Amino acid sequence: MRIEADRQACTSSGMCALTAPDWFDQDEADGRVLVTEPEAPDGEPAVTAAAELCPAGVIALR
Amino acid sequence: MSDAEVLPYGMPYERQTRYDPPAALLELQDRPIRPIRYYPDGVEGWLVTGHAAGRKVLADPRFVTGERFTRSPTELPHVFVSITDQVPPGFFLFFDPPEHTRLRRKVTGVFTVKRMKELEPRVADIVDERIAALRAAGPGADLVREFALPVPSLVICEMLGVPYADRAAFQGNSANMLDLSLSVEDRNKAMAEIFGYLIDLVPAKRANPGDDMVSAFAADPDLHDVEAAGMALILLVAGHETTANMLALGTMTLLEHPAQLERLRAEPGLMPGAVEELLRYLTVAHNGVMRIAKEDAEIDGHRITAGQHVTVALHAANRDPGRYERPDALDLGRDAQGHMAFGHGVHQCVGQQLARVEMRIGFAKLLEAFPGLRLAVPSDQIPMRSDMAVYGVHTLPVEW
Repeated sequence: MRIEADRQACTSSGMCALTAPDWFDQDEADGRVLVTEPEAPDGEPAVTAAAELCPAGVIALR
Repeated sequence: MSDAEVLPYGMPYERQTRYDPPAALLELQDRPIRPIRYYPDGVEGWLVTGHAAGRKVLADPRFVTGERFTRSPTELPHVFVSITDQVPPGFFLFFDPPEHTRLRRKVTGVFTVKRMKELEPRVADIVDERIAALRAAGPGADLVREFALPVPSLVICEMLGVPYADRAAFQGNSANMLDLSLSVEDRNKAMAEIFGYLIDLVPAKRANPGDDMVSAFAADPDLHDVEAAGMALILLVAGHETTANMLALGTMTLLEHPAQLERLRAEPGLMPGAVEELLRYLTVAHNGVMRIAKEDAEIDGHRITAGQHVTVALHAANRDPGRYERPDALDLGRDAQGHMAFGHGVHQCVGQQLARVEMRIGFAKLLEAFPGLRLAVPSDQIPMRSDMAVYGVHTLPVEW
């Protein structure tokens, strides 16, 4: 599956970088989401959890 | 919904046990969202006790915080009522996007997962120092005074560049600001005192900058001094009142759940998950988070009209049986992810990754240093913070 993140709406909670560090990191300047690896195996639990946990709902999995 | 229905008045807040939300509140879980009457005038608003409904409300930009909160879900005025009576500039919890975004993004780079990882050795040093102080105070010492409050206080002071030696100016006032038994005027006076202290600190930091957040605010051309002080104010207060209570109440909870404590001692790898479960189980932000509907909105088939107050009872949502199996059991091995102890939506706790680091290191080192840690008085003699916006214990005498 492909990971997309809306950086404009990101609130920099860090839940994605905490939960799925192999796919997500945070911008050093303001902590906003960086998708470091945009492809993940379908249903990958860490990535699915990161999307679910995101408080601003900015992570989309396609 | 029948018009004839008698609406519950307010959000129940009297606890029957030390660790569980009020029984009368949990009884309201049969409906995830319902109308209630608000204090002081009985005007209708909403109470959310369901996990999914709570997430919906807090993630929905139609429910805002940049308004003056005039009503409370509890008889003692809510902490949002006192703070929004005179919101300090820069106090970004009470601004909505885009202003909230502008202010919050000035601090989020400091609280990233990576930055908090880098801070771990310093947190560990501070924890070690406070464990030594607790030991030196001797059996019977108050864990709140020697350990649970100083650890997060020292950490946030160092990050902000607020001299810990000045703590008389903010530790007591920070507590008073969130003391619901005080009048709104007295809480505002406490807030004004810390704020005044920080307003003086900003130009002092500009004149003599350090590698810290207040110095960065002072140097930021996009922030005026009072705004910079307001940003420091929210971080200072939030940094004091939350982790301190989780450390103390969490320790007491572990001591009173010996089988769970034994499990954690035997398997230190459980710690990250155990911290999440303690956050879920205890949910110290037990005053409910409020929002005001900016426009008419429908949630789960309920029509919420513009101007109405909505309270999300985080402590009830975290005990939602639709989200967690056996929600009233403390189970350090469970997957507590997705709990709402830090809130949800764009205002979700900005310091949550710091709190996690402080708790993981704090609990681990405390348990390691004191294999025989126990309460020094019967647990029913521990004074609980029932009238404080952040739940916990006032004191926790321990021996080892």
